[in-house]
Amino acid sequence: MDKVIYAQDLSLSYKDDHNIIHKANFSFNAGEFIFITGASGSGKSTILKSLYGALKADRGKLIVGGVTMNGISSKKLNFLRRHIGIVFQDYKLIKEWTIEKNVTLPLIISGYAKEVSDEQVDKLLTHVKLSHQIGRYPPELSGGEQQRVAMARALAHNPILILADEPTGNLDEYSAKVVWDLLEGANEQLKTTVVVVTHNIPDVMHVPFRKFHIEKGDINEIL
Amino acid sequence: MRSFKNHLSLIIALFSIIFTVQIFIVVDRSINAYEKKLKDEYSMIVIVKKGFDKQLLVNANPLIASVVELSPDHIVDKLKSEISNQNFKLLKLSLPTFYKVRLNRFPRPKEIKKLTSAITKITNVTKVEDFSSNHDVTYKLLLLFKTITEIFSIAMIAVTSLLILKEMKIWQFQHNERMSIMALFGAPIWLRSAVLFRLAIVDALISSLLVSATFFLAKTNGKVANELSQLGISVELFNGVDDLLKLVLIALCLSVVLATMIVIANREDRYA
Repeated sequence: MDKVIYAQDLSLSYKDDHNIIHKANFSFNAGEFIFITGASGSGKSTILKSLYGALKADRGKLIVGGVTMNGISSKKLNFLRRHIGIVFQDYKLIKEWTIEKNVTLPLIISGYAKEVSDEQVDKLLTHVKLSHQIGRYPPELSGGEQQRVAMARALAHNPILILADEPTGNLDEYSAKVVWDLLEGANEQLKTTVVVVTHNIPDVMHVPFRKFHIEKGDINEIL
Repeated sequence: MRSFKNHLSLIIALFSIIFTVQIFIVVDRSINAYEKKLKDEYSMIVIVKKGFDKQLLVNANPLIASVVELSPDHIVDKLKSEISNQNFKLLKLSLPTFYKVRLNRFPRPKEIKKLTSAITKITNVTKVEDFSSNHDVTYKLLLLFKTITEIFSIAMIAVTSLLILKEMKIWQFQHNERMSIMALFGAPIWLRSAVLFRLAIVDALISSLLVSATFFLAKTNGKVANELSQLGISVELFNGVDDLLKLVLIALCLSVVLATMIVIANREDRYA
Protein backbone atom coordinates (compact mmCIF):
# COMPACT_ATOMS: atom_id res chain seq x y z
CA MET A 1 0.00 0.00 0.00
CA ASP A 2 1.24 3.54 -0.82
CA LYS A 3 2.48 5.51 2.15
CA VAL A 4 1.11 9.06 2.26
CA ILE A 5 3.04 9.91 5.41
CA TYR A 6 6.28 8.38 6.57
CA ALA A 7 8.28 9.45 9.61
CA GLN A 8 11.53 7.94 10.79
CA ASP A 9 13.21 9.02 14.04
CA LEU A 10 11.36 12.31 13.76
CA SER A 11 12.24 14.87 16.44
CA LEU A 12 10.36 18.14 16.71
CA SER A 13 10.74 21.14 18.98
CA TYR A 14 10.00 24.84 19.16
CA LYS A 15 12.69 27.48 19.49
CA ASP A 16 14.41 27.45 22.91
CA ASP A 17 12.18 24.60 24.04
CA HIS A 18 12.78 20.98 24.93
CA ASN A 19 11.96 18.22 22.47
CA ILE A 20 8.18 17.94 22.02
CA ILE A 21 8.42 14.84 19.86
CA HIS A 22 11.41 12.56 20.25
CA LYS A 23 12.47 10.07 17.59
CA ALA A 24 8.95 9.21 16.45
CA ASN A 25 8.38 6.47 13.88
CA PHE A 26 5.06 6.10 12.08
CA SER A 27 3.59 5.73 8.64
CA PHE A 28 0.06 6.31 7.30
CA ASN A 29 -1.15 4.60 4.16
CA ALA A 30 -3.21 6.15 1.37
CA GLY A 31 -6.93 6.06 2.10
CA GLU A 32 -6.56 5.48 5.84
CA PHE A 33 -8.43 7.28 8.61
CA ILE A 34 -6.02 8.10 11.44
CA PHE A 35 -6.66 9.42 14.91
CA ILE A 36 -3.85 10.92 16.98
CA THR A 37 -4.82 11.34 20.63
CA GLY A 38 -3.03 12.61 23.69
CA ALA A 39 -3.26 15.02 26.58
CA SER A 40 -3.03 18.79 26.12
CA GLY A 41 0.54 19.81 25.37
CA SER A 42 1.58 16.28 24.46
CA GLY A 43 2.57 17.34 20.92
CA LYS A 44 -0.47 16.30 18.84
CA SER A 45 -0.75 19.65 17.06
CA THR A 46 3.04 19.81 16.76
CA ILE A 47 3.03 16.64 14.68
CA LEU A 48 0.25 18.04 12.52
CA LYS A 49 2.24 21.27 11.98
CA SER A 50 5.21 19.27 10.78
CA LEU A 51 2.91 17.44 8.32
CA TYR A 52 1.88 20.69 6.61
CA GLY A 53 5.36 22.17 6.82
CA ALA A 54 4.80 24.84 9.45
CA LEU A 55 7.43 23.25 11.66
CA LYS A 56 10.74 21.87 10.47
CA ALA A 57 12.07 18.60 11.80
CA ASP A 58 15.09 18.90 14.10
CA ARG A 59 16.23 15.43 13.25
CA GLY A 60 14.96 12.38 11.44
CA LYS A 61 13.10 11.96 8.20
CA LEU A 62 9.59 13.03 7.24
CA ILE A 63 7.92 12.36 3.89
CA VAL A 64 4.44 13.68 3.11
CA GLY A 65 2.70 12.84 -0.18
CA GLY A 66 6.00 11.64 -1.61
CA VAL A 67 7.72 14.95 -0.78
CA THR A 68 10.64 15.00 1.67
CA MET A 69 9.88 17.72 4.21
CA ASN A 70 13.46 18.11 5.45
CA GLY A 71 14.82 21.33 3.97
CA ILE A 72 11.82 21.72 1.67
CA SER A 73 11.78 24.87 -0.45
CA SER A 74 8.90 27.37 -0.25
CA LYS A 75 7.94 26.55 -3.83
CA LYS A 76 7.73 22.80 -3.14
CA LEU A 77 5.89 23.39 0.12
CA ASN A 78 3.29 25.55 -1.65
CA PHE A 79 2.89 22.80 -4.25
CA LEU A 80 2.40 20.15 -1.54
CA ARG A 81 -0.11 22.29 0.38
CA ARG A 82 -2.24 22.55 -2.76
CA HIS A 83 -2.90 18.80 -2.29
CA ILE A 84 -3.71 19.01 1.41
CA GLY A 85 -6.93 20.16 3.10
CA ILE A 86 -6.58 21.55 6.61
CA VAL A 87 -9.25 22.02 9.26
CA PHE A 88 -8.65 23.81 12.56
CA GLN A 89 -10.55 24.06 15.82
CA ASP A 90 -10.83 27.85 15.34
CA TYR A 91 -11.87 27.42 11.65
CA LYS A 92 -9.33 29.95 10.28
CA LEU A 93 -11.75 31.47 7.81
CA ILE A 94 -11.03 34.83 6.19
CA LYS A 95 -13.51 37.10 7.94
CA GLU A 96 -13.62 39.76 5.21
CA TRP A 97 -14.58 37.20 2.56
CA THR A 98 -18.00 35.67 1.95
CA ILE A 99 -18.34 31.98 2.72
CA GLU A 100 -18.32 31.04 -0.97
CA LYS A 101 -15.11 33.01 -1.52
CA ASN A 102 -13.56 31.23 1.46
CA VAL A 103 -14.47 27.87 -0.07
CA THR A 104 -13.10 29.00 -3.44
CA LEU A 105 -9.68 29.86 -1.96
CA PRO A 106 -7.92 26.51 -2.60
CA LEU A 107 -9.41 26.44 -6.11
CA ILE A 108 -8.11 29.94 -6.90
CA ILE A 109 -4.67 28.96 -5.61
CA SER A 110 -4.68 25.73 -7.64
CA GLY A 111 -5.66 27.68 -10.76
CA TYR A 112 -9.11 26.18 -11.42
CA ALA A 113 -11.23 27.87 -14.10
CA LYS A 114 -13.96 30.11 -12.66
CA GLU A 115 -16.83 28.02 -14.06
CA VAL A 116 -15.37 24.83 -12.57
CA SER A 117 -14.71 26.41 -9.18
CA ASP A 118 -18.16 28.06 -9.05
CA GLU A 119 -19.80 24.71 -9.73
CA GLN A 120 -17.62 22.96 -7.14
CA VAL A 121 -18.35 25.60 -4.49
CA ASP A 122 -22.11 25.38 -5.11
CA LYS A 123 -21.96 21.61 -4.81
CA LEU A 124 -19.92 21.70 -1.59
CA LEU A 125 -22.02 24.37 0.10
CA THR A 126 -25.11 22.33 -0.70
CA HIS A 127 -23.32 19.23 0.64
CA VAL A 128 -22.54 20.97 3.96
CA LYS A 129 -26.11 22.34 4.05
CA LEU A 130 -25.10 25.98 3.79
CA SER A 131 -26.38 26.91 0.33
CA HIS A 132 -28.97 29.19 1.97
CA GLN A 133 -26.15 31.18 3.62
CA ILE A 134 -24.41 32.18 0.37
CA GLY A 135 -23.31 35.83 0.42
CA ARG A 136 -22.84 35.89 4.18
CA TYR A 137 -19.60 36.42 6.06
CA PRO A 138 -18.08 34.01 8.63
CA PRO A 139 -18.76 36.24 11.68
CA GLU A 140 -22.48 36.10 10.76
CA LEU A 141 -22.53 32.31 11.13
CA SER A 142 -22.58 30.03 14.19
CA GLY A 143 -19.46 28.07 15.16
CA GLY A 144 -20.87 24.88 13.70
CA GLU A 145 -21.71 26.59 10.42
CA GLN A 146 -18.25 28.14 10.24
CA GLN A 147 -16.64 24.73 10.74
CA ARG A 148 -18.80 23.34 7.91
CA VAL A 149 -17.51 26.15 5.69
CA ALA A 150 -13.97 25.22 6.74
CA MET A 151 -14.76 21.56 5.88
CA ALA A 152 -16.09 22.58 2.46
CA ARG A 153 -12.89 24.59 1.90
CA ALA A 154 -10.72 21.62 2.94
CA LEU A 155 -12.54 19.37 0.46
CA ALA A 156 -12.82 21.87 -2.41
CA HIS A 157 -9.67 20.94 -4.30
CA ASN A 158 -10.05 17.15 -3.84
CA PRO A 159 -6.96 16.83 -1.63
CA ILE A 160 -5.05 13.59 -1.19
CA LEU A 161 -4.76 14.29 2.53
CA ILE A 162 -6.94 16.06 5.08
CA LEU A 163 -5.37 17.20 8.33
CA ALA A 164 -7.79 18.15 11.11
CA ASP A 165 -6.73 19.69 14.40
CA GLU A 166 -9.48 19.21 17.02
CA PRO A 167 -12.12 19.85 14.35
CA THR A 168 -15.06 19.43 16.71
CA GLY A 169 -13.48 20.96 19.81
CA ASN A 170 -15.75 24.03 19.78
CA LEU A 171 -18.91 22.45 18.34
CA ASP A 172 -22.24 21.27 19.66
CA GLU A 173 -23.26 17.63 19.20
CA TYR A 174 -25.20 18.18 15.97
CA SER A 175 -22.46 20.22 14.25
CA ALA A 176 -19.80 17.77 15.44
CA LYS A 177 -21.72 14.87 13.86
CA VAL A 178 -21.99 16.77 10.57
CA VAL A 179 -18.21 17.31 10.59
CA TRP A 180 -17.47 13.62 11.33
CA ASP A 181 -19.87 12.58 8.56
CA LEU A 182 -18.07 14.88 6.12
CA LEU A 183 -14.63 13.53 7.10
CA GLU A 184 -15.88 9.95 6.85
CA GLY A 185 -17.51 10.69 3.50
CA ALA A 186 -14.28 12.09 2.08
CA ASN A 187 -12.38 9.06 3.33
CA GLU A 188 -14.89 6.47 2.21
CA GLN A 189 -16.03 7.89 -1.12
CA LEU A 190 -12.97 9.81 -2.31
CA LYS A 191 -10.37 7.59 -0.59
CA THR A 192 -8.79 10.67 0.93
CA THR A 193 -6.35 10.01 3.76
CA VAL A 194 -7.62 11.73 6.91
CA VAL A 195 -5.47 12.51 9.95
CA VAL A 196 -7.37 13.85 12.94
CA VAL A 197 -5.79 15.13 16.12
CA THR A 198 -8.26 15.00 19.00
CA HIS A 199 -8.66 14.53 22.74
CA ASN A 200 -11.33 11.91 22.36
CA ILE A 201 -12.34 9.62 19.55
CA PRO A 202 -16.04 10.15 18.89
CA ASP A 203 -18.56 7.34 19.31
CA VAL A 204 -20.20 8.15 15.99
CA MET A 205 -17.37 6.72 13.84
CA HIS A 206 -18.49 4.23 11.17
CA VAL A 207 -15.37 3.78 9.08
CA PRO A 208 -12.43 1.67 10.24
CA PHE A 209 -9.56 3.74 11.64
CA ARG A 210 -6.08 3.49 13.15
CA LYS A 211 -5.35 5.14 16.45
CA PHE A 212 -2.07 6.60 17.69
CA HIS A 213 -1.38 7.96 21.14
CA ILE A 214 1.25 10.54 22.11
CA GLU A 215 2.74 10.57 25.56
CA LYS A 216 5.96 12.19 26.79
CA GLY A 217 7.18 12.84 23.25
CA ASP A 218 6.60 9.29 22.07
CA ILE A 219 3.95 8.29 19.54
CA ASN A 220 2.66 4.73 19.59
CA GLU A 221 -0.05 2.92 17.70
CA ILE A 222 -2.80 1.50 19.85
CA LEU A 223 -3.75 -1.86 18.45
CA MET B 1 -12.99 53.39 9.03
CA ARG B 2 -9.61 51.94 10.03
CA SER B 3 -8.98 50.93 6.43
CA PHE B 4 -9.83 54.50 5.28
CA LYS B 5 -7.37 55.90 7.83
CA ASN B 6 -4.67 53.54 6.53
CA HIS B 7 -5.36 54.65 2.97
CA LEU B 8 -5.26 58.28 4.04
CA SER B 9 -1.88 57.88 5.79
CA LEU B 10 -0.29 56.38 2.70
CA ILE B 11 -1.99 58.83 0.34
CA ILE B 12 -0.70 61.79 2.42
CA ALA B 13 2.82 60.34 2.52
CA LEU B 14 2.85 59.63 -1.21
CA PHE B 15 1.27 63.04 -1.89
CA SER B 16 4.14 64.72 0.01
CA ILE B 17 6.74 62.87 -2.05
CA ILE B 18 5.12 63.50 -5.42
CA PHE B 19 4.34 67.11 -4.51
CA THR B 20 8.04 67.60 -3.68
CA VAL B 21 9.03 65.96 -6.96
CA GLN B 22 6.70 68.26 -8.92
CA ILE B 23 8.03 71.31 -7.03
CA PHE B 24 11.52 70.19 -8.01
CA ILE B 25 10.43 69.80 -11.63
CA VAL B 26 8.92 73.33 -11.59
CA VAL B 27 12.07 74.81 -9.98
CA ASP B 28 14.20 73.04 -12.59
CA ARG B 29 11.96 74.39 -15.35
CA SER B 30 12.15 77.91 -13.90
CA ILE B 31 15.93 77.75 -13.73
CA ASN B 32 16.12 76.46 -17.27
CA ALA B 33 13.79 79.23 -18.44
CA TYR B 34 15.87 81.80 -16.57
CA GLU B 35 19.06 80.32 -18.04
CA LYS B 36 17.53 80.68 -21.49
CA LYS B 37 16.62 84.27 -20.74
CA LEU B 38 20.17 84.97 -19.52
CA LYS B 39 21.60 83.24 -22.56
CA ASP B 40 19.40 85.22 -24.93
CA GLU B 41 20.34 88.46 -23.26
CA TYR B 42 23.96 87.62 -22.71
CA SER B 43 26.70 88.38 -25.20
CA MET B 44 30.42 89.05 -25.27
CA ILE B 45 31.98 91.91 -27.07
CA VAL B 46 35.27 91.18 -28.83
CA ILE B 47 37.43 94.01 -30.16
CA VAL B 48 39.80 93.09 -32.97
CA LYS B 49 42.14 94.84 -35.34
CA LYS B 50 40.93 95.59 -38.83
CA GLY B 51 41.10 92.78 -41.38
CA PHE B 52 40.35 90.07 -38.80
CA ASP B 53 38.87 86.80 -40.08
CA LYS B 54 35.49 86.36 -38.33
CA GLN B 55 35.65 82.59 -38.79
CA LEU B 56 38.53 82.42 -36.28
CA LEU B 57 36.13 83.60 -33.61
CA VAL B 58 33.37 81.17 -34.63
CA ASN B 59 35.82 78.27 -34.37
CA ALA B 60 37.33 79.39 -31.07
CA ASN B 61 34.94 77.45 -28.82
CA PRO B 62 31.91 75.17 -29.33
CA LEU B 63 29.91 77.41 -26.96
CA ILE B 64 29.84 80.14 -29.58
CA ALA B 65 26.59 80.12 -31.54
CA SER B 66 27.07 83.16 -33.73
CA VAL B 67 29.30 86.16 -34.28
CA VAL B 68 27.83 89.47 -35.47
CA GLU B 69 29.85 92.49 -36.44
CA LEU B 70 28.75 95.66 -34.65
CA SER B 71 28.70 98.90 -36.50
CA PRO B 72 30.20 101.79 -34.47
CA ASP B 73 28.56 104.33 -36.81
CA HIS B 74 25.74 105.46 -34.54
CA ILE B 75 28.27 106.33 -31.80
CA VAL B 76 30.87 107.85 -34.06
CA ASP B 77 28.27 109.89 -35.94
CA LYS B 78 27.63 111.91 -32.80
CA LEU B 79 31.18 113.29 -33.15
CA LYS B 80 30.72 114.29 -36.81
CA SER B 81 29.65 117.85 -36.03
CA GLU B 82 32.48 118.42 -33.57
CA ILE B 83 35.49 117.41 -35.71
CA SER B 84 36.62 118.09 -39.25
CA ASN B 85 35.62 115.83 -42.07
CA GLN B 86 39.19 114.63 -42.59
CA ASN B 87 39.69 113.86 -38.92
CA PHE B 88 36.39 112.08 -38.87
CA LYS B 89 37.50 109.81 -41.74
CA LEU B 90 40.81 109.18 -39.99
CA LEU B 91 38.97 108.32 -36.78
CA LYS B 92 36.78 105.86 -38.61
CA LEU B 93 39.79 104.23 -40.23
CA SER B 94 41.65 103.93 -36.94
CA LEU B 95 38.72 102.38 -35.09
CA PRO B 96 38.95 98.62 -34.41
CA THR B 97 36.18 96.16 -35.40
CA PHE B 98 33.62 95.17 -32.76
CA TYR B 99 32.01 91.75 -32.70
CA LYS B 100 29.07 90.59 -30.63
CA VAL B 101 29.45 86.90 -29.70
CA ARG B 102 26.25 84.99 -28.93
CA LEU B 103 26.41 81.66 -27.07
CA ASN B 104 24.53 78.33 -27.32
CA ARG B 105 23.66 78.41 -23.60
CA PHE B 106 24.39 80.43 -20.56
CA PRO B 107 27.94 79.50 -19.51
CA ARG B 108 29.09 78.70 -16.02
CA PRO B 109 31.65 81.13 -14.54
CA LYS B 110 34.53 78.72 -15.27
CA GLU B 111 33.40 78.34 -18.88
CA ILE B 112 33.34 82.13 -19.30
CA LYS B 113 36.96 82.32 -18.11
CA LYS B 114 37.96 79.50 -20.48
CA LEU B 115 36.13 81.11 -23.39
CA THR B 116 37.60 84.56 -22.72
CA SER B 117 41.07 83.06 -22.53
CA ALA B 118 40.56 81.13 -25.81
CA ILE B 119 39.38 84.27 -27.64
CA THR B 120 42.13 86.45 -26.20
CA LYS B 121 44.73 84.04 -27.56
CA ILE B 122 43.55 84.60 -31.16
CA THR B 123 45.89 86.87 -33.06
CA ASN B 124 44.63 90.42 -33.57
CA VAL B 125 42.10 90.21 -30.74
CA THR B 126 42.78 93.21 -28.57
CA LYS B 127 40.07 93.01 -25.90
CA VAL B 128 37.26 90.78 -24.73
CA GLU B 129 34.48 92.17 -22.60
CA ASP B 130 32.45 89.39 -20.99
CA PHE B 131 30.08 91.26 -18.60
CA SER B 132 30.14 88.12 -16.49
CA SER B 133 30.14 89.76 -13.07
CA ASN B 134 26.66 91.23 -13.69
CA HIS B 135 25.16 87.83 -14.43
CA ASP B 136 27.20 85.77 -12.01
CA VAL B 137 25.38 86.86 -8.87
CA THR B 138 21.89 86.06 -10.18
CA TYR B 139 22.99 82.81 -11.70
CA LYS B 140 24.85 81.65 -8.61
CA LEU B 141 21.79 82.44 -6.52
CA LEU B 142 19.68 80.33 -8.86
CA LEU B 143 22.13 77.44 -8.64
CA LEU B 144 22.14 77.71 -4.84
CA PHE B 145 18.34 77.63 -4.84
CA LYS B 146 18.38 74.56 -7.08
CA THR B 147 20.86 72.75 -4.78
CA ILE B 148 18.76 73.60 -1.71
CA THR B 149 15.64 72.28 -3.47
CA GLU B 150 17.52 69.08 -4.39
CA ILE B 151 18.68 68.50 -0.80
CA PHE B 152 15.22 69.27 0.54
CA SER B 153 13.64 66.86 -1.98
CA ILE B 154 16.04 64.04 -1.10
CA ALA B 155 15.48 64.52 2.64
CA MET B 156 11.73 64.71 2.16
CA ILE B 157 11.66 61.55 0.01
CA ALA B 158 13.84 59.63 2.49
CA VAL B 159 11.74 60.55 5.53
CA THR B 160 8.42 59.98 3.79
CA SER B 161 9.59 56.64 2.36
CA LEU B 162 10.35 55.49 5.90
CA LEU B 163 6.85 56.56 6.93
CA ILE B 164 5.37 54.59 4.02
CA LEU B 165 7.39 51.52 4.99
CA LYS B 166 5.99 51.75 8.54
CA GLU B 167 2.47 52.19 7.17
CA MET B 168 2.82 49.16 4.92
CA LYS B 169 4.13 47.12 7.84
CA ILE B 170 0.95 48.00 9.72
CA TRP B 171 -1.07 46.88 6.69
CA GLN B 172 0.86 43.68 6.62
CA PHE B 173 0.07 42.99 10.28
CA GLN B 174 -3.59 43.69 9.56
CA HIS B 175 -3.60 41.31 6.62
CA ASN B 176 -1.31 38.82 8.29
CA GLU B 177 -4.10 36.40 9.23
CA ARG B 178 -5.50 36.36 5.69
CA MET B 179 -2.02 35.94 4.20
CA SER B 180 -1.23 33.11 6.61
CA ILE B 181 -4.49 31.30 5.80
CA MET B 182 -3.70 31.62 2.11
CA ALA B 183 -0.22 30.22 2.80
CA LEU B 184 -1.81 27.16 4.44
CA PHE B 185 -3.41 26.30 1.13
CA GLY B 186 -0.21 26.81 -0.84
CA ALA B 187 -0.69 30.34 -2.16
CA PRO B 188 2.56 31.70 -3.61
CA ILE B 189 3.95 34.85 -2.07
CA TRP B 190 2.70 37.14 -4.87
CA LEU B 191 -0.87 35.91 -4.45
CA ARG B 192 -0.72 36.26 -0.65
CA SER B 193 0.61 39.80 -1.03
CA ALA B 194 -1.82 40.79 -3.78
CA VAL B 195 -3.88 42.88 -1.35
CA LEU B 196 -0.82 44.83 -0.24
CA PHE B 197 0.15 45.55 -3.85
CA ARG B 198 -3.43 46.47 -4.78
CA LEU B 199 -3.60 48.98 -1.91
CA ALA B 200 -0.18 50.38 -2.83
CA ILE B 201 -1.16 50.80 -6.49
CA VAL B 202 -4.58 52.34 -5.76
CA ASP B 203 -3.08 54.82 -3.28
CA ALA B 204 -0.26 55.69 -5.69
CA LEU B 205 -2.84 56.49 -8.38
CA ILE B 206 -5.00 58.54 -6.00
CA SER B 207 -2.05 60.55 -4.64
CA SER B 208 -0.60 61.29 -8.09
CA LEU B 209 -4.03 62.42 -9.30
CA LEU B 210 -4.37 64.69 -6.24
CA VAL B 211 -0.95 66.27 -6.88
CA SER B 212 -1.82 66.71 -10.57
CA ALA B 213 -5.10 68.38 -9.63
CA THR B 214 -3.31 70.68 -7.16
CA PHE B 215 -0.79 71.84 -9.77
CA PHE B 216 -3.47 72.11 -12.44
CA LEU B 217 -5.46 74.42 -10.13
CA ALA B 218 -2.33 76.46 -9.39
CA LYS B 219 -1.76 76.73 -13.15
CA THR B 220 -5.30 77.87 -13.93
CA ASN B 221 -5.28 80.25 -10.95
CA GLY B 222 -2.46 82.22 -12.60
CA LYS B 223 -1.02 83.71 -9.40
CA VAL B 224 2.24 81.77 -9.60
CA ALA B 225 2.51 82.41 -13.32
CA ASN B 226 2.20 86.16 -12.64
CA GLU B 227 5.00 86.03 -10.11
CA LEU B 228 7.22 84.16 -12.56
CA SER B 229 6.41 86.60 -15.34
CA GLN B 230 7.73 89.37 -13.09
CA LEU B 231 11.08 87.58 -13.34
CA GLY B 232 10.67 87.78 -17.08
CA ILE B 233 10.12 84.06 -17.57
CA SER B 234 7.19 81.86 -18.42
CA VAL B 235 7.08 78.40 -16.79
CA GLU B 236 4.57 75.57 -17.18
CA LEU B 237 3.49 74.64 -13.64
CA PHE B 238 1.79 71.52 -14.90
CA ASN B 239 2.50 70.10 -18.29
CA GLY B 240 -0.75 68.14 -18.79
CA VAL B 241 -0.48 64.44 -19.68
CA ASP B 242 3.35 64.48 -19.63
CA ASP B 243 3.55 65.53 -15.99
CA LEU B 244 0.60 63.35 -15.00
CA LEU B 245 2.28 60.25 -16.47
CA LYS B 246 5.58 61.18 -14.85
CA LEU B 247 3.96 61.54 -11.41
CA VAL B 248 1.89 58.36 -11.74
CA LEU B 249 5.01 56.43 -12.77
CA ILE B 250 7.07 57.78 -9.86
CA ALA B 251 4.29 57.08 -7.33
CA LEU B 252 3.71 53.57 -8.69
CA CYS B 253 7.42 52.68 -8.74
CA LEU B 254 7.92 53.98 -5.22
CA SER B 255 4.92 52.26 -3.66
CA VAL B 256 5.51 48.97 -5.50
CA VAL B 257 9.21 48.94 -4.54
CA LEU B 258 8.36 49.62 -0.89
CA ALA B 259 5.60 46.96 -0.90
CA THR B 260 8.06 44.49 -2.45
CA MET B 261 10.59 45.25 0.31
CA ILE B 262 7.96 44.46 2.96
CA VAL B 263 6.93 41.25 1.19
CA ILE B 264 10.53 40.06 0.74
CA ALA B 265 11.31 40.80 4.39
CA ASN B 266 8.40 38.56 5.44
CA ARG B 267 8.53 35.87 2.77
CA GLU B 268 9.50 33.06 5.16
CA ASP B 269 6.26 33.20 7.18
CA ARG B 270 4.94 29.63 7.07
CA TYR B 271 2.14 29.93 9.62
CA ALA B 272 4.00 28.18 12.40
